[in-house]
Order: sequence, then structure tokens, then C-alpha cells
Amino acid sequence: MKLSYYPGCTLKTKSKNLEDSAIASMNALGVELVELPRWYCCGTVYSLADDDLMRQLAPLRNLIRVKGEGNSKVVTLCSFCYNTLKRANLMMKDDQAKRDALNSFLDEEEDYQGEVEVVHLLEMLRDEIGWEAISERVKLSLGGLKLAPYYGCTLLRPQEAAIDQVERPTVLQDLLKTLGAEVVDFPFATECCGSFQIVSNPDFVLDCSWNILSSALRWGAEALVASCPLCDYNLSQRQGELVQGYSEFRQIPILYFTQLLALSLGLEPEVCCFDLNYIDPRPLLKSKGLLR
Amino acid sequence: MRITISPQRLSSEFVRKVEEISGQTLPSCYQCGKCSAGCPLSFAMDLLPNQIIRLVQLGLEEDIANSKTIWLCASCLTCSVRCPRGVDLAKVMEALRLLTLRKNVNYVEPSRIPQEVLAELPQLALVSGFRKFTA
Repeated sequence: MKLSYYPGCTLKTKSKNLEDSAIASMNALGVELVELPRWYCCGTVYSLADDDLMRQLAPLRNLIRVKGEGNSKVVTLCSFCYNTLKRANLMMKDDQAKRDALNSFLDEEEDYQGEVEVVHLLEMLRDEIGWEAISERVKLSLGGLKLAPYYGCTLLRPQEAAIDQVERPTVLQDLLKTLGAEVVDFPFATECCGSFQIVSNPDFVLDCSWNILSSALRWGAEALVASCPLCDYNLSQRQGELVQGYSEFRQIPILYFTQLLALSLGLEPEVCCFDLNYIDPRPLLKSKGLLR
Repeated sequence: MRITISPQRLSSEFVRKVEEISGQTLPSCYQCGKCSAGCPLSFAMDLLPNQIIRLVQLGLEEDIANSKTIWLCASCLTCSVRCPRGVDLAKVMEALRLLTLRKNVNYVEPSRIPQEVLAELPQLALVSGFRKFTA
């Protein structure tokens, strides 16, 4: 099966570990992710202003490109891209006045009505491939690894863009259980990491990180599992300061769910690009016998 | 704290603009406080999210301008999905920020961000930060 795939900016730079491990894993599961030609930035954050449609043009043009390629579905890996594309598409589907205004502005394009379906890779794994089919392909069980699924914001909010139950999601833990891992249920799984406040108020983001990470540690997690490059950065980058500031804190790596999937499917560890993780997960994985 | 409210304030241009940009019906809020209870950044805020919407309802523009709260909102939408009255407070916060940004006033000045920080931050952090905090 071939599937149109929208990467977004950060997957081509800082988060190649997310992209490479996802493409390789999907190949192993019989799905070829075909990169959308000439894609550009989705805008990263969905505009919350009702009176300014200009900011919807970036995600919209990408969606029109997906349709132009003859595809009815596009898959994303980055949680931010997922949210922005998904919401722009819902707006085109549900809001006639905005749809008409945008279509008349985009006069070089054929009218767009929200025909493309925007899905996140976790939805693909759950709904199209299925846990059972994945479990049959597991070559290396992640048994003994205690993992805290961390969803963050943009996979779950708002309600109409949520890939799972807003307050009590299970998709990540279902995947991790399928891969054989021990799942740690902790109360900050859907709490915001501070997001783009890293640009303006990084010290408050550090406080958010402390809340999330110390909770995961208290509940026994050995690593956090994420899907968003911004969560990954915010939660990892300044853990050294938390170690210095709090005697009970110890470093905890953040892994992308795709890295664990690739490892579990028995793929070469090179596709996981573990060297790009801000906190090296390899000592932990080696100690569990999951990596040579 | 002593505040003065008036019919002029309640129906001011400020209130009308916030409703227009956010698309929200401000009087719907009945001040239950659920937004503030769940806000992950509330620890850093001088005014709580529910206080912000109350001040908007009353048209008390200056009190909001003197507060840092709207610039600490991370648009995580926790308040929006939990509001029992269906008010999307994240949209109200965005409208309040835009009232400043649309006067061509930046909250974050890209040229003042140190080179090493620019090189280190992931692209989506910079793009989203600039979209939220620059004119």
C-alpha cells in the first residue's frame, strides 16, 4: 500500500530520528510512505482568529496539493502538522462562509471542499494495520522496559481533531503493550509541555517539564514516549538543570514511538538515529538487552 | 481590589472586537473556574484565565494590558475542551494578543534572540513562537 505523507519542517532537520524510523517501520509493515512533492510549512499552529483567513492558506495549499496528486488521504508524523492540517481541513468541510472566501481567493486552484482525510500515523497503526497484525510482526519484545506514554496537546485537542479520547487516551499505550513493553500510567500524560513558550518564557517551560517528568519518574517510568518534536525538545533539553536543582531527579530519555516500533520489528538500529535523541536512550536499551 | 464598571464599558469597542476576533459569546462564561484549575501555565500567571475572561466581559481593558497572562498562554486548549459552557478561552486569549500584535507591536523580537538559541531551537518552535508573538 502507498500512502501520501507530509513530513513538515522539523522532521527534515532536528527530528530525522522520527522520520527515518517511521518510514522504515511502515515499509516493514507493508506501507510505503510517499512524500508529498513540493510541500511547504503547514504554519505549525492553527490560527485561532476567526477574522483572519490568510493564516489558513499554508495548510490549505498543502491539502490541495495532496488532492492534486490524486490522493484522498495524507498521513503526518509530527503532532503539530497533524493538528494544523486536520483543523484547516475541518474548517473547509464545515464552514461554508470561510470555504467560499478561501476558494475565491485561491482562484488559481480548483475549489477545495475538505475532501482529503488527514490522519496521524498512530491512527494508521491502530485503524488500518491493527494491533494484532503488528504483534504478529514483533521480532523483539520490549518486555521489561517501563514506558510512560506522553501525548501532549495537539493529538488530543480540540475535541474535533482528537485521535483518541481527549481526557483518557489509550492509543500510545495500546501500541506499546503490543510491542511487549510495560506501560506506566501517569497523570501528566496529556499535560502541555509549555509548547512555543520555549521561545519567550523558557524558564516556565522548564517548570512544566519538571511537573511532567518528575511524575513519570515517581510512577516508575524509565523513558517517555512521544510523537511531537517540540515536546521532545522541551522535555529533554534542560534536564541537566533539573538534575542540579532537585536531588531526587534523574535523567529520563524521551523516545519517539516510531523508534520503539522499528526496534521491535527487528529493523537495523541505524534507522532509529538514536544519536539524534537529546538524551541518549542507548544505555537504557542496552541494559534491557534490546540493543547490542 | 476596587473596580468601576459602567454600561459604556460593558458595550465598548474593546469587548466587541474581542468577540469578533474570537468568535466567542463572552457572557456565556459563568465563572466556574475550571479553566484556571486545569491550566498548566497558571502557576506563572498574575491573573488567572477565568479572571481574564471576567475582565473582558466587564470591558476592563487596562487591567488585562497590565497583566502578563495572555502572553503565557500556550494555546494547549485544555481550558477549551473542559469548559462546561462551551467557551473557547484559547480563542479569547488569541484575540487579546492580536489586539496588541495588530498594532505592529511585537511581544517577541526575533532579532534579539541570540544566534546560538536560534540554531538550537527546533524549527517548529521558532515558527510557532513567531506566529503567536510577532506582528
